[in-house]
Amino acid sequence: MAIQEPPSAPTNLIGLTRNDYKGRPSTLCKGCGHDSISARIISVAYDLSLKPTQVIKVSGIGCSSKTPAYFLNQSHGFNGLHGRMPSMATGATLANHTLKAIGVSGDGDTGSIGIGQFVHMVRRNVPMVYIVENNGVYGLTKGQFSATADEGQKLKYAGVNELPPIDVCLEALVADCGFVARSFAGDPRQVETLLKAALSHRGTAVLDIVSPCVSFNDHEDSTKSYAWGKSHEEVVTDFSFIPFREEITVDYEEGEAVDVDMHDGSKLRLRKLDNDYDPTDKYAAMRLLEEAHQKQEFITGLLYVNENRPSLPELERLPETPLSFLGEEKVRPSREVLDKLMRDMM
Amino acid sequence: MPRGLLAEEIEDSPAGVNNFTIVAATVNGSGSQTANTTLLRALFKMGIPVSGKNIFPSNIQGLPTWFSIRLSKDGFIARRETSEIIVAMNRQTVAEDIANVPAGGVVIYPSEWKLNEDRTDITYYSLPVMQMAKDSGASTDLRPYVANMVYVGALAELLGIDVDEIKSALMEHFHGKQKPVDLNFGVVQAAIDYTRNNITKRDNFRVERMDKTAGKIMINGNSAGALGACFGGFTVAAWYPITPSTSLIDALTDYASELRKDPETGEPTYAIVQAEDEIAAIGMVTGAGWAGARAMTSTSGPGLSLMTEYAGLAYFTEVPAVIWDIMRMGPSTGLPTRVAQGDVLMTYYLGHGDTRHVILFPSSMEEAFECGWHSFDLAERLQTPVFVLSDLDLGMNLWMSEPFAYPDKPMDRGKVLSAEDLDRLGGFNRYEDVDGDGIGYRTVPGTDHPLAAYFTRGSGHNKYAQYTERADEWEDNLKRLARKFEYARTIVPKPVVDMVAGAEIGVIAYGSTDPGVVEARAMLAAKGVKTSYLRLRALPTTAEFNEFVTRHPHLYVVENNLDGQMHKILQTEAPAQAASMKSITKCDGLPLTGRWIARSIIQAEQEW
Repeated sequence: MAIQEPPSAPTNLIGLTRNDYKGRPSTLCKGCGHDSISARIISVAYDLSLKPTQVIKVSGIGCSSKTPAYFLNQSHGFNGLHGRMPSMATGATLANHTLKAIGVSGDGDTGSIGIGQFVHMVRRNVPMVYIVENNGVYGLTKGQFSATADEGQKLKYAGVNELPPIDVCLEALVADCGFVARSFAGDPRQVETLLKAALSHRGTAVLDIVSPCVSFNDHEDSTKSYAWGKSHEEVVTDFSFIPFREEITVDYEEGEAVDVDMHDGSKLRLRKLDNDYDPTDKYAAMRLLEEAHQKQEFITGLLYVNENRPSLPELERLPETPLSFLGEEKVRPSREVLDKLMRDMM
Repeated sequence: MPRGLLAEEIEDSPAGVNNFTIVAATVNGSGSQTANTTLLRALFKMGIPVSGKNIFPSNIQGLPTWFSIRLSKDGFIARRETSEIIVAMNRQTVAEDIANVPAGGVVIYPSEWKLNEDRTDITYYSLPVMQMAKDSGASTDLRPYVANMVYVGALAELLGIDVDEIKSALMEHFHGKQKPVDLNFGVVQAAIDYTRNNITKRDNFRVERMDKTAGKIMINGNSAGALGACFGGFTVAAWYPITPSTSLIDALTDYASELRKDPETGEPTYAIVQAEDEIAAIGMVTGAGWAGARAMTSTSGPGLSLMTEYAGLAYFTEVPAVIWDIMRMGPSTGLPTRVAQGDVLMTYYLGHGDTRHVILFPSSMEEAFECGWHSFDLAERLQTPVFVLSDLDLGMNLWMSEPFAYPDKPMDRGKVLSAEDLDRLGGFNRYEDVDGDGIGYRTVPGTDHPLAAYFTRGSGHNKYAQYTERADEWEDNLKRLARKFEYARTIVPKPVVDMVAGAEIGVIAYGSTDPGVVEARAMLAAKGVKTSYLRLRALPTTAEFNEFVTRHPHLYVVENNLDGQMHKILQTEAPAQAASMKSITKCDGLPLTGRWIARSIIQAEQEW
């Protein structure tokens, strides 16, 4: 399974090449936004020198959920049930809280069948990056509306959508998510920066990435198309990510930037944009999303960040050694303990 | 079978010293549990074999509850159909309760009710229950609770129950807290004094000290199973509340907080998570099992239906998991506080596609404990979900038991490769049958080796864990899973077999019907009817089962459901003997009685 490298291939801090982070060839349609997101994950994992063996990839069912097979071949992956990846990820991170979990879901997998598990995962603050590859349509079953489709959207067979969309970011905020971001598969730089920040977050980091479906929902008037995204994207926050191991070299004038300390020691340096948006203000985030919905605006960027809430393994006070690697001497009480219990019951 | 024997000739053994049943008919939520367990424990400590069965409603307060205590000098612990002594504490049901008392029986009731004592074939005793509760000095809200202690005192005096044992049972119940012990025992003593001074004993029931319970314990199956899981090294439990399985997780939480703390750091070596539903519970268990935890859940029928899809996925992706089902009556709400063995068929085939599961059937507290730890060894060895089918009778009633035996073997984590193994082997193929038992080798996420990873998916996969839609690869995988199931036959717990020379009749049962079968066989033997007995402890069946069914021309599968679910499975397990297997079933929410089973067998014998 090891991939032979030309000797000259550059390596990252842990001596791995970019190739070491690749997956198997994608079987998605040519030009699918999801493949571009997979490429970003590969790139970010390489840049951050993530140890692939300490990463797990989890997903539900759908086009997006196939993608964990297309990145990080050296990481364990589990392609679970439709809409039920959050519970599986919850169990996996309890079994081993030291792993970095990357979850990939879609708008149907999260917004429809999985909305319940999504909300409860966020509520529990399961430590993971949860990516919604959002194209507003069911691809594998050939073109039904998903719950994130905007009102008035048209599809070839499904007709006109008359229901309001579920906003995954709003749902995350309501469930007290500490990292909420929206992005666009056609904006690779932003996706990468957000991914890096998300990987440093303490609990559940939700990334809602509009990722056009070239086969069923990339027509001109679709709000989930490349063209729409390119012409309508409005970046509300801009920041750089400073990994914990890097020194801060550039200083900003007071008032130009705000630093957010991430749980793992990394920093987000938020640069002031002229919109005065403050991504540490939850109510502002909710207002922004509601207003964007009313005006049919496509806002992207880090919408909310809050590192204060403990993650589920922290709440469970799990020991340093992952539960999955505890030996028999730690998890099976002694014969004497049982004998005493039995005597007490007699 | 002796010619001409009629079913009606089978009767319960005659009531007498240490051989009768007491029923306390009370109102749910009135605190009678304290009184009932006090009586049960006191009798147990007197060395008399006892069993207690709580017939209670799905209700917090107000509906009728019956608690029966059977004393059996011969050690039978099945439910009996007749109860000689009724303690009538529920005004709503008193007429029916008295009507059910057999001739020669006894009724104890509050004298404030001023009942017409119109049956002449039974003995009535009445005590001023309300007045005594009032006189106890208990606050108004506690009075209904302590009122129940009046019948404890009355029975103690009338039957000769050792007062010291009552006191120590109360100490145990209240964990040594003196104040409630004093309050309750005060009422017991007052009732003893009242009975002594005002009531003339006119019945023949009494108890005598025996030596048949020394060294035994009393416990319920949910606690036993939870304790077993603690010793089985469970590390993740995820669950959703549902009667009658909730108390298993309650017990797990209690035991684990004491037994499963790291001695050095004080940190828990486990996580217990209440999920948002059963789908999430099994999802967490599957994720945790995949990631290397010993993961378990506990549920009941309706919850198990919700777990179907993940159970099927875990089966197909070969993820170890332990799933307890404390069976109860019916679909949806059904009768959630009544017992049945109604999930056997569903569980065996739970999933879609070709799925058969390993199921364990505990019949006693010791086996519930053993299932608690052994299920993890089987699940990890076989890399599959293992189900433990217990039920409400086993799970929530108090049973006598031998003290539990410590696991007799170290934990079996199954075929898990470490980074060092991978170095040595130079890689592995996740679903390759290297050893011929159908079980591949797996790695646990986090194993620090570039060749450790594999991809887990419910979709078609080949032996390299790669996606495939090839016909031959799909079929190969299914055939390997079938081989694994055949291997499971050789390692699941073997049935307990009592082969009787010359017996044509072979009785087959499992789970909580065992005490009834044991008593039925004794009743039949007393009439000259020889029976052999095979008690299943697991599915799939093992070689012992095949031998048993071949050797008995008349086979009876006894179970507590209407459709004969195990009977159907066993007919497919041994198709050549299918015609020799008859189904004996009853499903009325109550544990099966020995008399009913024995009579049913005699009746069925006449119909061959």
